[in-house]
Amino acid sequence: MGDAVNGVAAQAERFAIGISFGNSYSSIARISADGKAEVIANEEGDRQIPSVLSYIEGEEYHGTQAKAQLIRNSGNTVAYFRDFLGKDFKSIDPTPCHASAHPQQSESTIAFSIRDTPSETPNSATVSEITTRHLRRLKQSATDFLGKEVNAAVITVPTNFADAQREALVAAAKAAGIDVLQLIHEPVAAVMAYDARPEATVADKLTVVADLGGTRSDVAVVACRGGIYTILATAHDYELGGASLDQIIIDHFAKEFLKKHKIDPREDARGLAKLKLEGEATRKALSLSSNAQLSIESLANGIDFGSTVNRTRFELLSGKVFGQFTGLIEQVVKKADLDVLDIDEVIFSGGASHTPKIAQLARNIFPEKTAILAPSTLTSAINPSELSARGAAFQASLVQEFDHEDIEQSIHPMVTVTPHLSKAIGVEFSSNTDTTFQPLLNAETALPARRIAQYVAPKEGGDVLVRVCEGARDIKVTKPEPKAKEEKPANDEDSDFSDEDDEEEEDIREIVWKTEKPVAELAVKGVKAGAKVEVMVHVNPDLGLQIAVREVGGSTAVRGAINGSS
Amino acid sequence: MAPVQVVNVSLPALPSGWSAEKDFKPVGGLSAATQRNIEAVGPHFLAHARRKRHNRTFSEDERIQAKQNVAKTEDEENMDISEDEDPTMFTREAKDWKGQDHYAVLGLTKYRWRATPEQIKKAHRKKVLRHHPDKKAASGKSDENDNFFKCIQKATELMLDPVRRRQFDSVDEAAEMDPPSKKQLAKGYFKAWAPVFHAEGRFSNKQPVPQLGNDDSTQEEVESFYNFWYNFDSWRTFEYLDEDIPDDGEGRDQKRHTEKKNANARRKRKQEDNVRLREMLDEVMAGDERIKKFRQQARAGKDAKRKAKEDEIKRVAEEKERARVEAEESKKAAEESAKADREKNKKAKEAAKNAAKKNKRVLKGSVKDVNYFADGEASASQVDSVLGDVELIMGKIDVDELAVLAEKLTIAGKDGAAVKSAWSAEGSRLVGAGKVKEGELKAFA
Repeated sequence: MGDAVNGVAAQAERFAIGISFGNSYSSIARISADGKAEVIANEEGDRQIPSVLSYIEGEEYHGTQAKAQLIRNSGNTVAYFRDFLGKDFKSIDPTPCHASAHPQQSESTIAFSIRDTPSETPNSATVSEITTRHLRRLKQSATDFLGKEVNAAVITVPTNFADAQREALVAAAKAAGIDVLQLIHEPVAAVMAYDARPEATVADKLTVVADLGGTRSDVAVVACRGGIYTILATAHDYELGGASLDQIIIDHFAKEFLKKHKIDPREDARGLAKLKLEGEATRKALSLSSNAQLSIESLANGIDFGSTVNRTRFELLSGKVFGQFTGLIEQVVKKADLDVLDIDEVIFSGGASHTPKIAQLARNIFPEKTAILAPSTLTSAINPSELSARGAAFQASLVQEFDHEDIEQSIHPMVTVTPHLSKAIGVEFSSNTDTTFQPLLNAETALPARRIAQYVAPKEGGDVLVRVCEGARDIKVTKPEPKAKEEKPANDEDSDFSDEDDEEEEDIREIVWKTEKPVAELAVKGVKAGAKVEVMVHVNPDLGLQIAVREVGGSTAVRGAINGSS
Repeated sequence: MAPVQVVNVSLPALPSGWSAEKDFKPVGGLSAATQRNIEAVGPHFLAHARRKRHNRTFSEDERIQAKQNVAKTEDEENMDISEDEDPTMFTREAKDWKGQDHYAVLGLTKYRWRATPEQIKKAHRKKVLRHHPDKKAASGKSDENDNFFKCIQKATELMLDPVRRRQFDSVDEAAEMDPPSKKQLAKGYFKAWAPVFHAEGRFSNKQPVPQLGNDDSTQEEVESFYNFWYNFDSWRTFEYLDEDIPDDGEGRDQKRHTEKKNANARRKRKQEDNVRLREMLDEVMAGDERIKKFRQQARAGKDAKRKAKEDEIKRVAEEKERARVEAEESKKAAEESAKADREKNKKAKEAAKNAAKKNKRVLKGSVKDVNYFADGEASASQVDSVLGDVELIMGKIDVDELAVLAEKLTIAGKDGAAVKSAWSAEGSRLVGAGKVKEGELKAFA
């Protein structure tokens, strides 16, 4: 009103949120006034909103309510549709939709045949239309919560989302009244959710993001160099996810029921749906407590069923699936030509990451210094289910003010494709006994880059030499002194695990830096005793270098430049 | 930007004998880089994108960013609002608030109708801090009635009520822009008028308001400008100038009378305002060179079109005439050639007829010459049969064959046998060709 009084049109102000749109669950988040990311709960109080829509006599249900409809109204309930967006019928895997509305071919796209109007005849709703409805509900929830019309968003997508899928998503969002500012990759959003915390510092690190979702798992290696992220490798498994763990719970209880009543509840579609829904809840409960209950009324033939399962039992049954999770993580590290020793951080994202055992297994794979960011290994970890929404919200707060054109220019390949250092650049220290290498710019740093570091000068002062080199890391394997085996015959039988651990302790592996190729030498003369020497290295995109070295507090600097290749 | 890392490793001492120009010795280059796609997220990426797009180096970018940040904070602080009060303002009575310039009281004369509610609140706060009665009491300059403070409060109250603010803005003379003088117009027509329309545009219900533009505006822009302004939808009201309605319960008639008077005055003023705007527009339009230009262009365009049309008509007529003449000529030529042909044909025909006559004579003569193949006097029947055959053959053969036969007979001359064989050959040829039936020929069978 105030603006109108002034005779200036009240322009539609842009108000952006972050949306994480998953196959199983979606989340919405935004950055609050004090700069913290908060995930918005919908009307039902859910922060993880099931990506499910259900229709009863023309009435639309969304989220948890719709998910409950999978039992009695599965034909008119649409679920697990995200991955179908922008694809053609031939290339989709409709397996997750067995228990809900089945995808069908409709011209060039995919549609669901559902009764979404009061009439009896089913309508064909394309996957784009369904997505639009889903996003519209999310938008409405955010608008209701924030008390302000939400009209823009940053949405997360998997790293292997094709251009057609992106376009379809942007178009669907537009139809829902959401202006998509940018689509960002899920693993990077997860890294950013951690890096955007006020207490986080910018550091060079290599991060493995394990996004273990409901129906699929994606793992990526992300290099973070001076706050700039680069994805080095990705691995996907479309059959592995929380649903694989649910299946174990389902099978477990179904067998129990079978033994008791001689009926297999899995043979009845409704019984299976009930088991699925409750099994998922039980599996989630097991992530938090060591015992979880499952009780279903009228599971099969009108028989009520109630039972409990404890975590150890679940973990024993799921060993194979856990192995697949960790295998995927190891695979991606190998794919990036790295070693587990290189990884500084493992971020667990996605719903299945709540499972404590997975994080513990990852803990065993990676060395001590690697931080495992999962709820069971680190108390300060962010809820894995919220990571990508938070990252998206953070990005939304950054680009909210920008014009579309500005954003588009910034994410153009002209800007994003950059040369990355193939080898680390650092300073070599040689003393009488040995030479060591301290990396200053790590490998995979996006160019241009600039780094400054201070080094301690020799105690007595005088002239010092700064040798800037390229370095490579080596993995040094040392065999420890053979330990005198403590013979404890009595313990032998029940210490399978510890025995294995002992065996694995055989080699000590550590990272050793080696000088590969000297780049330049600089001398700083007359350094005072106890002073520090500051080295600044600037690398151009054409691999040209500018190096400046000076004594901290000193006025003159030694400078030099090396021309690049082109 | 790049954080400084401190490494606690002591650098080696300079080995003796090391020397280089300016203490710098390049030794080698770097290994080839790998091209990768960086993720377009995060504040550091935005910095990277900014540098890359504007071609800045790290230090340049830092400097520019720093400058921008500084400018921002200064802007906020400077957000004026510290216009000093006109001393006459202090002498005003608070009850005469209607006559005061609320923007001047709040120190917002720079902004006037452009001031946002936010600015008004801030301005109010600043003024209150300075003119609060308690402050005055502390400095010993007590204003017994706190008149100016009351003025501030009144102004703020009015300014923050959107309806009443519009009422005041409608009659805010200080915000009015007078039409430009001749002297100003001479300097630049559009430049002189533009601020008038900008100011007038504040009354529009429809936003944004099209602006006058400049010499280079397109016809469309100019037309939309005049269309908009001739159909101007204004929210300007004149309630602010209403006479006060007496509040005592007694004079009900008086009250009604005043109300009526006020309503009439408002209507009249509104009408006057509309007329004023219309007249102004007429004036602007009359002096608008662009309209003349467009008219000329349109006329020139029309002329060109008409000319093109006429040319076309002319061209078509010419073409028709040419075609007609050509057709006539060709017809004439055809007739002449046909006539020539006819004559030639006639001659040829006559020649052929003569030749045929001659040949026939030869044919007839040939049998006569050999005495009808009879030895001695030919009998009448023999002559008759020979001549009958000759007639029959002559009737059956065409001109060319006739000529051939005549030649043959001429060569045969008076040799009866040769003549007979020639005739027989011809007869049998005709029989072979089926022109003459077997047995029809008697003498030459």
